[in-house]
Amino acid sequence: MGPDSAPSIKKNASSTEPSGVSVAASYPPSIDELEGIAKELRRKVLRMIFVAGSGHQGGSLSEIEILASLYFRVLRIDPQNPGWASRDRFILSKSHACPGLYAVLAQKGFFLEDELDTFRKINSRLQGHAHIKTPGVEMSGGSLGQGLSFGLGCALSARIDSDSYHTYVLLGDGECDEGQIWEGAMAAAHYGLDNLTVIVDRNRIQNDRFTDEVMKLEPFADKWKAFGWNVLKTDGHDFASLINAFDSARKHPNQPTVIIADTVKGKGISFMENNPAFHASPPTEEDYNKAMLELE
Amino acid sequence: MTSFPMASTREAYGKTLLDIGRSNPDVVVLGGDLNKSTFTHLFAQEFPDRFFDFGPAEQNIMSVAAGLAASGKIPFVSTFAVFGMCRPFDQLRLNIAQPRLNVKIVCTHAGIITGEDGMSAHSIEDISLACSLPGFNVIAPSDSIETIQAVKAASEMDGPVYIRLYRTAIPVVHDDDYVFSFGKGDLIRNGTGVTLFATGSMVGNSLIAAQEIATEGIDCRVINMHTLSPLDEEIITLSAKETGAIVTVEEHYIHGGLGSLVAQVTGKFFPVPLEMVALKGYTESGKPDELIEKYGLGIKDIKFAIKNAYARRTLPIAGQ
Ligand SMILES: [Mg+2]
Repeated sequence: MGPDSAPSIKKNASSTEPSGVSVAASYPPSIDELEGIAKELRRKVLRMIFVAGSGHQGGSLSEIEILASLYFRVLRIDPQNPGWASRDRFILSKSHACPGLYAVLAQKGFFLEDELDTFRKINSRLQGHAHIKTPGVEMSGGSLGQGLSFGLGCALSARIDSDSYHTYVLLGDGECDEGQIWEGAMAAAHYGLDNLTVIVDRNRIQNDRFTDEVMKLEPFADKWKAFGWNVLKTDGHDFASLINAFDSARKHPNQPTVIIADTVKGKGISFMENNPAFHASPPTEEDYNKAMLELE
Repeated sequence: MTSFPMASTREAYGKTLLDIGRSNPDVVVLGGDLNKSTFTHLFAQEFPDRFFDFGPAEQNIMSVAAGLAASGKIPFVSTFAVFGMCRPFDQLRLNIAQPRLNVKIVCTHAGIITGEDGMSAHSIEDISLACSLPGFNVIAPSDSIETIQAVKAASEMDGPVYIRLYRTAIPVVHDDDYVFSFGKGDLIRNGTGVTLFATGSMVGNSLIAAQEIATEGIDCRVINMHTLSPLDEEIITLSAKETGAIVTVEEHYIHGGLGSLVAQVTGKFFPVPLEMVALKGYTESGKPDELIEKYGLGIKDIKFAIKNAYARRTLPIAGQ
C-alpha cells in the first residue's frame, strides 16, 4: 500500500473546496527522507506552541515518528478530500498532543502551513484540543480514554459496509489509566476487529509525573494480551521498525493489534527529553531558540 | 372521571425501531445487556449484523456510537435512563454533543415509576442533564402513540437526540390520528384559568386533574411539552399572557427540568405565578403508584398546585 493510493471509486465523497495546496511528497519518502520530515515536524510543533504561548509539547514530540510513518507510508487518505468515505481513519485519542497532528496534516496539505500560527487563537480551526472542524481531524477529543471506543465504531462501520479501510488509534500511556480504554479493548477483541490498530505512545510520563509513579501500567503488554489483542512492541522513533509493525498489524487476522511504541517524551530536544516538566509548559524564548538550533 | 387505557412506551419503541431498521439500512443499534428490557432485542433478532451489545459499559457504548455516526451510520443506543445519561455524561458531551454527531439515545426506565428497584434506578436528573448539552434535542413522549412518532422523527432529523421512556405502561392520551410536531407544544385541552404544562408520564394525570378541577370552577389549559429542547417559547409566552398562571408537572427533579425551563421563558417574556409539581429529592423502593402518591406527583398534588396558582393569578390578563 502506498501513500495517498486513493482508489478512483469515491463513494459518498464529501465535497470539499479545492485547497490549492500541493501535497508535499506525492511519492513514498525513503527512511532518510522521513528523518528529515520528522525534524521539520518537530520545528513546526515547537513554533506552534511558542507562538500560541501554550500547548502540549512533550507528547507532541514523542509521537512524531508514529505520525510521520502513518501519514507518509501507511494511511490511504486524500488530503484534497478529507471526507472520502473509504479513507483510512487516524484517531488521536491523546488529543492534547494535537500540535503534532496539525503539523503533519499541514505537511500533507490538508490546510496551508500558515494556519499553524493560528493554533489556540480566536477564530482558528486549530483548537487547543483536536476538534472535527479541522480538515483531517476525525474525532473531537480532550477528555482522555475515548478514542479507542470511537475507532471501534469506525471499524464496525467498515465491517457492516464491507469496506476495506483500516482504523488507527493513537493512545497515550497515561491515558490507559482510564477505565474506558479497557472497556473498548475488551469489546474490540470480542468483535474480532482486525481492521483496528491501536498504537500506544509509551513515553513513560504523564501530566504530573512518571507513569510508574502515578499508576503502574506494567506488565502492559500482558494486559493487552489477556484482553485478546495481538501485541507488537517497537521502538517508537525507529521508522523501519514502525513501518514494519504497521504492515504486520494490517495483515494480522481475527484480532485487533496494539503496537506498544517505546518513545521518549520531548524527543529531539536534549533538555526536554524524558523531563516531566515539559508536558504542557510552553518554552521560554531562550528555550525555544536553543531547541530550534538542535533541530537544524 | 376520565380513565385512559394504558400502554408501554418501550414496547412501542422496540417495534418502531424494527420498522425503521427495515427501511433504513444505515440504522444500527447498540445495547448494554438490557436489550429485552429496552425491546431492542426485536431489532437484534432480525438484524444481527447491525446490532451490537457491549455489556454494561456505557462509556464505551457512547463513544462507539459516535464513531459509527461519524462513519455515516445512524446509531440508536438504548439502555436505562440512569445508565444512558448519568454514567457516560462526559462521552455524551465530548464525543457526541460537541461535534453534533447523529446519535440517538433512547432510554427506558426514566422517572420514579421504575418503582421497586429504588432510588439508584430512578432517573430524576436526565432531562436536566440532556438539556444542558448544547445542540441536544430532548423529547419526553407522553404516551405510546407519541413515542412511535417521536422515534420516527428522531431517525429522520440530523443531530443528537435523547428520548425518555418508561418501564411501566402509562396512560394513552392521544388518538391514533394524532400528529407529533417536534419542537411544538401539544395543546390537548383548552382553557382560560391556569395553564398546565406537563411532560411525559405526567400528561395523563394532568388531564385528569384539569377535568376534576373544572367542576370546582377552574378552567385549565393543558399543554403536553413533549419537546424539552429546543423549547417552544411561543406557546409558553402566549399561555402566560392568556391564562395568567402556570403549573408545570413532571416526573423529574425540580431543578433543571420542565419547571426550570418554563420559568426561564416566562421570566424573560411574561412573568406570571408559577407552581412546580416535581420531585424534591431522591425517593425509595415502592410500587409506582405509591411513589407517585408519597412524593407529591399525584392528581391531588396537581389540583393543589392549580388552586395555588389560580389564587396567585396575575390580573388583568393581557388581551382581556
Ligand atoms: Mg505519556
